[in-house]
Amino acid sequence: MPRPLALRLLEAAPLLLFLAVILLFGTQSAGFLTAANAAQILAQAAPTVIVAVGMTFVLLTAGVDLSVGALMFIGAGVAGHLAIAGYPLPVSIAVMVAIGVAGGGVNALLVSRFGLVPFVATLATLYIGRGLGRWITETRAMNLPESFLVIGASEPLGLPLPVWAAAAVAVAGQCVLSTTPFGRYLYALGADPEGARKAGLPTRRLIAAVYVISGACAGLGGLLALARLGAVSPRFGEFYEFDAITASVLGGTSLYGGRGRVLPDTVVGALLIKTIFSGLVSVQADPYLYPLITATIIFLAVAVDSARSRLAARLTRRVIRVDA
Amino acid sequence: MNAAVAMAGIQKAFGGVPVLRGITLEVAPGSILGLVGENGAGKSTLMNILGGNVQPDAGSISVGGQPFSPRTPADARTAGIAFVHQELTLFGNLTIAENLHLTRFPRRWGLPWIDRRASVRQAADLLARVGLSQRADMLVERLTAGERQLVEIARAIGAQARVLILDEPTTSLGAVERGRLLSLLRELQDAGLAIIFISHELSEVLQICDSVVVLRDGQVAGTGSASTFSVQSLVALMVGREVRQLYPPVRAPGNQEPLLEVRRLGEPSVAHEISLTLHRGEMLGVFGLMGAGRSELARMLFGLDRHTSGDVLLEGRPLSGGPAQRIRRGLAFVTEDRRQDGLCLEAPVADNMTLVHLAALTRTPLRLIDRAALRAEVARMSTDVRLTRAAPHLPAGRLSGGNQQKVILAKWLLRPPRVLILDEPTRGIDVGARGEIYELLHRLADTGTGVLVISSELEELTGICDRILVMRQGEIGGEFPRDRFVREDLLRAALPVRVSG
Repeated sequence: MPRPLALRLLEAAPLLLFLAVILLFGTQSAGFLTAANAAQILAQAAPTVIVAVGMTFVLLTAGVDLSVGALMFIGAGVAGHLAIAGYPLPVSIAVMVAIGVAGGGVNALLVSRFGLVPFVATLATLYIGRGLGRWITETRAMNLPESFLVIGASEPLGLPLPVWAAAAVAVAGQCVLSTTPFGRYLYALGADPEGARKAGLPTRRLIAAVYVISGACAGLGGLLALARLGAVSPRFGEFYEFDAITASVLGGTSLYGGRGRVLPDTVVGALLIKTIFSGLVSVQADPYLYPLITATIIFLAVAVDSARSRLAARLTRRVIRVDA
Repeated sequence: MNAAVAMAGIQKAFGGVPVLRGITLEVAPGSILGLVGENGAGKSTLMNILGGNVQPDAGSISVGGQPFSPRTPADARTAGIAFVHQELTLFGNLTIAENLHLTRFPRRWGLPWIDRRASVRQAADLLARVGLSQRADMLVERLTAGERQLVEIARAIGAQARVLILDEPTTSLGAVERGRLLSLLRELQDAGLAIIFISHELSEVLQICDSVVVLRDGQVAGTGSASTFSVQSLVALMVGREVRQLYPPVRAPGNQEPLLEVRRLGEPSVAHEISLTLHRGEMLGVFGLMGAGRSELARMLFGLDRHTSGDVLLEGRPLSGGPAQRIRRGLAFVTEDRRQDGLCLEAPVADNMTLVHLAALTRTPLRLIDRAALRAEVARMSTDVRLTRAAPHLPAGRLSGGNQQKVILAKWLLRPPRVLILDEPTRGIDVGARGEIYELLHRLADTGTGVLVISSELEELTGICDRILVMRQGEIGGEFPRDRFVREDLLRAALPVRVSG
């Protein structure tokens, strides 16, 4: 049975929307359709892409991780102190990722061991993380030494290092999801947790793993964001959780679990968001419009998601008779 | 020769209530054991113990002569026990091959990646063995219920199972798939598998099993070779008393006043020019094979799915809109999947029962729920549908299938509907509860309600209906008044006709 055109169109909606946005801003602003701007957008999107990859893993299990931005903040605070104290760069990098993993481990414990609802568990770690981060940074902005900016500034093979890092994470993420048993287990778990348990899948370990992965991605994403900004402000990492969720859902990951891909879906979603905001800047849109635009994007993402699943349900209905 | 499975003195109590009181049974390799009993007799608990889902309080199990005490489903699988559950456990968002290999994906050279080509190839072999002609890389959500059942069995075969437990395997199957499944079981039996077959379809049990164990109240009520039993004697053992007539006495059909009229209903690929009339006080059956479009017809009548052509009239006035509007006009619909569509499983019985007509149980001026009236109505309906032992505060999911169905009926009958549509109303329900549901439907029809019963069981329809319509391929293939109820004729009308071109 070939997939009907309407369904394929809806499934391609993120990509079509992406093209439309590029066309729209391209015709409105001369500087928009340039290689430099494209590289700029990619570099801006890199941290979001990485965090969103981790988020996709969590969303596949019908969970959610609201703590990613806060974990980025703690990691940045600690790494900032280390960098200022003169520790070499690799130490800061390792510490940031380790903090992400540790924070993810706390989420994993709360959700898989104590059975807390992911929304509530990660909301708690979000607040704890923000509080800890403020304590570590003493609610002051920290400016990092030059050595830290190397990550953001170096451009192997013509693209900024963060872009390569994001691409590597996305490719690795998709490989894990589509070619390893672990990845396929996540889809099974997201579709039917009780069935997954009955099938003998290690459901608790799987759930724990996605939060650890999400935490690690937050650590890595935080590192790249920090390398771009060169400073830790008290609002560092804020709203990354929403960007990541929006990117995943906009790309086609279902909030109900069991459906979604990192490549191309989540990556397209993340690039779409960043392109829109970059375009708004390039046409010098009123900054007060941004929240409205964000709201529209989220609304669109969810609307497309539900339209897609409704249509899929209708179209995969059994054919009872072959009409002449 | 060692028994494939031997269970001895198995006991289990839940919260102090004994469910199994010393069960002993054996099944030999290459034989099929039928396990029958009313709902709540302990069949599921017993098999859950064998499948590692539940631990027994006392007793011993051996598999192939070795002592066996599974603590998890994985232990049971390792020992070669495969369990095909009543509710299918496949993952719709994975492919057939992925479902077949879920916990043991083939890999190559010790790499962490799945060897997808090998997986698809092995899956195709298994599908060929069970006679399913679908591609192994097809998503399971695009298969029919019958096809999924075959995939489940393919999975058991692929897991090198020595013991295959099938819990109500044929309830979701049409006559043709059912036949195919039974012949597949024979093949597996010849290949040396020990099969435990749990079913309420007693004639099927007698037809396919070598021996039968009858459970009643957690004890073995009877056991022996299948040839020593008849359906009648099995039923007698199950209920522990001489069965009264399962089907209520033939009733005088209602008057011929049309109640629900369907005129040339059509929807591309689903329904073609369906016309029918349900009369006041009539019990009208709709028979058909799986996928004949019966459930789809019911959904259209209830406003759940749309139809592109034709009209539906209730008492001469057109029926339109969604379920809410149609319920207000007096329609009620008991769906085929009571766990999925019919009940809020976590919610208490009382909440489920009053869900549809909650607005009628409110007090002016603020329209707050009148708790006293609600309790009284729940008590009245519980008596009315003979819902024994089920406390109103218990979550509906904890009830047996028969009692769940009674809760659903009570929900609709709280305010008697003009038209009641039922889709497979007794699927997976024990004999005792069935009889009570049939009686209830007859009483309802006697008050003038038109009852439309969809069923795959001919016996059920011929037992309770005044008239039967047969559907095939989305259209009405025949109409049979009570004096022409001949099983062979009805079945023949249901068989698909070749579409030319």
